[in-house]
Amino acid sequence: MTDALLAGELPLPPRPDYLRHGSTIASWLTTTDHKRIAILYAVTITFFFFLGGAAITAVRLELFQPNGWFLTSDSYNKLFSFHGIVMVWFFLVPSIPNTLGNFLLPLMIGAPDVAFPRLNLFSWYLTLAAGALTVYALLAGGVDTGWTFYTPYSSMFSNTHVFAAAAGVFVVGFASIATGVNFIATTHMLRAPGMTWFRLPLFVWAIYATSLIMVLATPVLAISLLLVIAERWLGLPIFDPSRGGDPVLFQHLFWFYSHPAVYIMVLPAMGVVSEIIPCFARRRIFGYDFMVYAMLAISGIGFFVWGHHMFVSGQSALASLVFSFLSFIIAVPSAIKVFNWTASLYRGQISFESPMLYALGFVGLFTTGGLSGLFLASIPVDIHVTDTYFVVAHFHYIMVGGSVSAFFAGLHFWWPKATGKLYPESWAKFAAILMYSGFNMTFLPQFFAGYLGMPRRYHTYPAEFQIYNVMSSAGAAVLAVAYLLPLGYLTWSLFYGGRAGNNPWEATGLEWTTTSPPPPKNFDWQPRVDREPYDYHAEGLSAGTDRPEVQNVREIQ
Amino acid sequence: MSDESAVLREPWLDFDRQREAAKFGIWVFLGSEALFFGALLMTYTVCRVEHPEAFAAAGRETNIWYGTINTAVLLTSSLSMAMASQAAESGMRFRRLVLGCLLATVLLGLAFIVIKGFEYKEDIDKHLVPGAGFALPQAGAQLFYGLYWLVTGVHAVHLSIGMVLVSRLFWMFYQRKLRISENPELEVTALYWHLVDIVWIFLYPLIYLPGRAS
Repeated sequence: MTDALLAGELPLPPRPDYLRHGSTIASWLTTTDHKRIAILYAVTITFFFFLGGAAITAVRLELFQPNGWFLTSDSYNKLFSFHGIVMVWFFLVPSIPNTLGNFLLPLMIGAPDVAFPRLNLFSWYLTLAAGALTVYALLAGGVDTGWTFYTPYSSMFSNTHVFAAAAGVFVVGFASIATGVNFIATTHMLRAPGMTWFRLPLFVWAIYATSLIMVLATPVLAISLLLVIAERWLGLPIFDPSRGGDPVLFQHLFWFYSHPAVYIMVLPAMGVVSEIIPCFARRRIFGYDFMVYAMLAISGIGFFVWGHHMFVSGQSALASLVFSFLSFIIAVPSAIKVFNWTASLYRGQISFESPMLYALGFVGLFTTGGLSGLFLASIPVDIHVTDTYFVVAHFHYIMVGGSVSAFFAGLHFWWPKATGKLYPESWAKFAAILMYSGFNMTFLPQFFAGYLGMPRRYHTYPAEFQIYNVMSSAGAAVLAVAYLLPLGYLTWSLFYGGRAGNNPWEATGLEWTTTSPPPPKNFDWQPRVDREPYDYHAEGLSAGTDRPEVQNVREIQ
Repeated sequence: MSDESAVLREPWLDFDRQREAAKFGIWVFLGSEALFFGALLMTYTVCRVEHPEAFAAAGRETNIWYGTINTAVLLTSSLSMAMASQAAESGMRFRRLVLGCLLATVLLGLAFIVIKGFEYKEDIDKHLVPGAGFALPQAGAQLFYGLYWLVTGVHAVHLSIGMVLVSRLFWMFYQRKLRISENPELEVTALYWHLVDIVWIFLYPLIYLPGRAS
């Protein structure tokens, strides 16, 4: 309101916010408001998150005992495949971009909506249709190919519902492309006056870099699944070696999408954390420009490292060498980001509210996951641990430890903005700490089990690995509680939470200048931007009034 | 109907900006489409490098007459599409030209599909469908025809979507429900139509010319 008051305008008459703008179910199902679509997505992915979580709960129960006491091999295969497919395409890929991204992108750049609001709604319906296909595949008897749909598991050796599951992923890919096109066009075309490219919040840059990958990588996934469907359904021989086809070709096509897809999952998480750390350290982000370049570098180089998933597939030694080198290279921009987040804390006035706890958890877990990725980029080590729990632990550190922590960080950070309500902070802190501990309890033992040779995707295993699996399953129980807690207290806050002001965290950024929850068109006036992002203190100074420790020491001497 | 507010949509305040965004958005989408067909063509390339003789033998079995006539038909449809889009730039003066060109585009697209249908029928009669009873002995020839059916099929789906879009525009213009001049929907549809044509320009040599060049 201050800007409007300064400009000599009278306070506006009260108007309903976007949540109260219409209350019928139809007003939600036909909405083109990006904020409502974000909520629709949030409900959808929450459903899929707990569906995928239920599948893996059964898997972890099974692994309590080495002898396969609970499930048959077939159901075990179907459950971990369903877990992977749902978590990757129906939770992680849409999680931050389609909920927080949809909600925040227009708010952060000072726009009334995304560039193509009807396309935005259409993409949600596509996601629903795709989800229905995939859930149908489960109900009809499941898929046992693993989330990767590798041929010949998915073509010759599977009698399960590959068609429905692959078709579901195929369709959700188009939702992804539509979202990507929409976000890129929004960022280019709808920035408020004064919002230059290098004044964009890093979250916007992250969503932009993610959208580039969505637009350019997803069509290749569509083709690889189309070819699998054609092979199963029409009997085409593309991946069948007995008829001249090439099964390794599938892996190339699949990973050409699915490696960049890792960055679809983690770049938005980096964006969230880059918003939260400056706010709770009361500090400008360290090295803004390099944060931007690093994200663009990740999205670019990410297209050229897919072969590191295929070191044992029989690709040429030269190819492996080049992919190994490039995989080490892509660690550089990721490391730049970790160093910059850490440097942003230096001389800040740090407070540990729940979003900050989640965000710091992200930095630690992402770093662990990233460093273990370097082991896998090195060919000799990778050959030793290929298809073991080491790999499982590595990518869960990135995707669950990293992305999901950041998703919860963002959820808590922007919850007051989206709902206008405050949640119980102590419960949130407790859940954040519990999630961090539960996560490490679950996945740290898997590094050891994998290094010692326990293969992934087996439901029986030698008794010597039981200790690690029991630790892991116990940790998973803790993790499950930590995921259920926010569902409880955030829902509670919707009804009983205190009213949040416009800017409860005293954060910078245009989204905090409008009301909580925002009005249907986001701003009551046209926002103008005349300063850098993260304007928490004057440039060249730090947030604290104290002097650095080192200078104090010098004075004492 | 030349009223600007009739075509101005949320969230735009300015018609030129909206038009620019629509064009920008479709270009981004076309980039995505390029990767879509690019992946298919890459698959084709890998298979062809692995089985050069089989691809040459299989390519000789295609009917180059159908292919060539269809290329001419499709390129002509691109001409009429481009004329419609250019004529619309100049506003209402060329309304009948725009309508005529759109109609010609749809009809040419339909002609392409019909000719393609005759070609498919001939291919089926010649047992060029991969599977039991395939006409050619080489293993790689089945790969060629597998990709042939898939690529031309995906192209035909794209073309059909294009025909639906162009027909819709024709109908809306004919009923005067949309303004013609500087209509972003027309520009976007035209760009999409040209993409479908460009894809065919790549497909023609890859399908009909192997084994015939030398």
